[in-house]
Amino acid sequence: MVAELAQEQEATPQALTLAPVISLENLSVSFGGRPILKNLQAQLRGRAIGLLGPNGAGKTTLIHTLLGFHPPSAGTAHIFGRDIATDANQIKALIGYMPERDSFIAKMSAVHFVRLMAELSGLPSDVALERAHEALFYVGLGEARYRKLDTYSLGMKQLAKLAQAVVHGPRLLFLDEPTNGLDPPARLRMIRLIKEIRDSGHANIVLSSHLLRDVEESCEEILILKDGNIAVYCNLEEERKANRKFLVLETRGDQAKFATALAALGCECAFTTDHRMKIVLQGETEIRDLYRVAAEHQVQIRRLTYKRDSLEDIFLKAMENGDGGL
Amino acid sequence: MAVYERGYKPFTGALTREWSRFLIIPRYAYRDVFKSKLFIAFFAICFIPLLVEAILIYLHHNVNALAILKVNVRALIPIDASFFQTFVNIQTVFAFFITLLIGPPLVSRDLRNNALPLYLCRPFSRAEYVLGKMSVLIILLSAITWIPQLLLFFFQAYLEGSGWIMSNFWIGNAIVIGSLVWIILLALLSQAVSAILKWRVVASAALLGIFFVPTVFGEVVNQIFLTRWGSIISLGALIKSVSAGLFGTFVRSSAEVVEFQNGVARQVVLQEPPLWCSWAALFLICVICLAILSRRVKAYEVVK
Repeated sequence: MVAELAQEQEATPQALTLAPVISLENLSVSFGGRPILKNLQAQLRGRAIGLLGPNGAGKTTLIHTLLGFHPPSAGTAHIFGRDIATDANQIKALIGYMPERDSFIAKMSAVHFVRLMAELSGLPSDVALERAHEALFYVGLGEARYRKLDTYSLGMKQLAKLAQAVVHGPRLLFLDEPTNGLDPPARLRMIRLIKEIRDSGHANIVLSSHLLRDVEESCEEILILKDGNIAVYCNLEEERKANRKFLVLETRGDQAKFATALAALGCECAFTTDHRMKIVLQGETEIRDLYRVAAEHQVQIRRLTYKRDSLEDIFLKAMENGDGGL
Repeated sequence: MAVYERGYKPFTGALTREWSRFLIIPRYAYRDVFKSKLFIAFFAICFIPLLVEAILIYLHHNVNALAILKVNVRALIPIDASFFQTFVNIQTVFAFFITLLIGPPLVSRDLRNNALPLYLCRPFSRAEYVLGKMSVLIILLSAITWIPQLLLFFFQAYLEGSGWIMSNFWIGNAIVIGSLVWIILLALLSQAVSAILKWRVVASAALLGIFFVPTVFGEVVNQIFLTRWGSIISLGALIKSVSAGLFGTFVRSSAEVVEFQNGVARQVVLQEPPLWCSWAALFLICVICLAILSRRVKAYEVVK
């Protein structure tokens, strides 16, 4: 078993993207009869998956259930093909977790704390000490590693939590609100570290956050939860590109006539500046129709760009379309 | 692999055996515990009765020493079950005070600092966590109770000759079992209290209260109702009974009192609760402690 897990730790970066990292199979979780997660069904494959949702949507409950802290009331989930109910220990050997709340062991220096966590993950004592030093240097706490954790600032505690999560080199990292309470430079540092881990190809990341900017900067896929349901699961880049109906045009010529002609085609137009206009294509109208109308009215289309959905657009759309209200 | 090679990399070496990981907790706890010079001093004091015990055993078998001292130690303090029982009981008192010193913060500190998710998100179960925390006390208390007592028992057997150990083997069993029952009870109680009360001072006071308040209350019940059944709620009395049972010194008729009823004096023989009741009460206390630990030692508490 130990050897098998060690071999899995060596999984190639390519392998990380092929098989689903997490499979949710009608996963439901209830507390005291109250459903928190409702029949979640998805196959998460991304290197970095953003877990989004309003407060109380079930983000943290989903992470806790995947970590084995809460038993599913129905359905199950698989992490790297292993069932969370039956193979919990094998799964836990492959994951790292950075909790949302302040979590540390009092009266311990950072290096002892991280070493203890590494040993509990199964690393031999001497290796754990070596990797504890490395992990603390990696997250930027190298100079403060002999200080007691109680004396750390909030940002340093966040970094220490990240160090304990990565010290044993897990294949999957759960980061629950990693930028909470960080000042802008500390936040940038945290995001940079997350991107580095993602780009190393050695670990997949599930990042839970209510800060859309953090997710947008560091994640490839997003899973938006709303009232315990999956509102959206998509690849961020593809989703942004998918919305090809909203255009921004830069034109020269009689914009008013051009806009009237487009309105006759059923398009909605709005002027932003003298030469710029926004258009929402309707029905069967296509880009070539725009060029045709422009030619008819002697209007030059100097630039045509698709307005890409920001994560905020996707998030807000998910909140509007979902089952429940905000 | 040097620290200057900063980058994320997985661990590819062999992992330690899962069953042995609970021992990591006592190893780290002792580092903290033995930082205190006060604790080291107290821990050293715990060995003084054992030293006295060793000297007495030695004197028993040293004719020259007996001649110099001109005291008949053999007649004064015979080395039998009662001898070992007395020293086991003395060590249990020290064990209690060591538990008071290091037991209360073991779980409460982790609960206060939300450390449990960090333990339990690893291949480390709740049972292993409790076992690890308990073994902090079990190992330390064993070092001052049954391990040295057993060594002294073998020392006595060595000095006495080969026949003695065969006929007194049960004393060795009584030393081990009696001490372990006390140690496990202390470990469970202190962990349960520590899991409920997050502040060390309060937890220590509660632990002290658990031992002394029921004892006083039980004694009041005994005095008012002229019974010995009040002792069933006293942990000290329960352990005393169990220990006496193991060392073969348990006597149910413990005391005779004179009761005056309608002006007529009547002699009443008080009966200690049967031995099985003491065992059952201790078992029940352990089950309650485990239930508390099972309820409290969780990565996250679900607030209803």
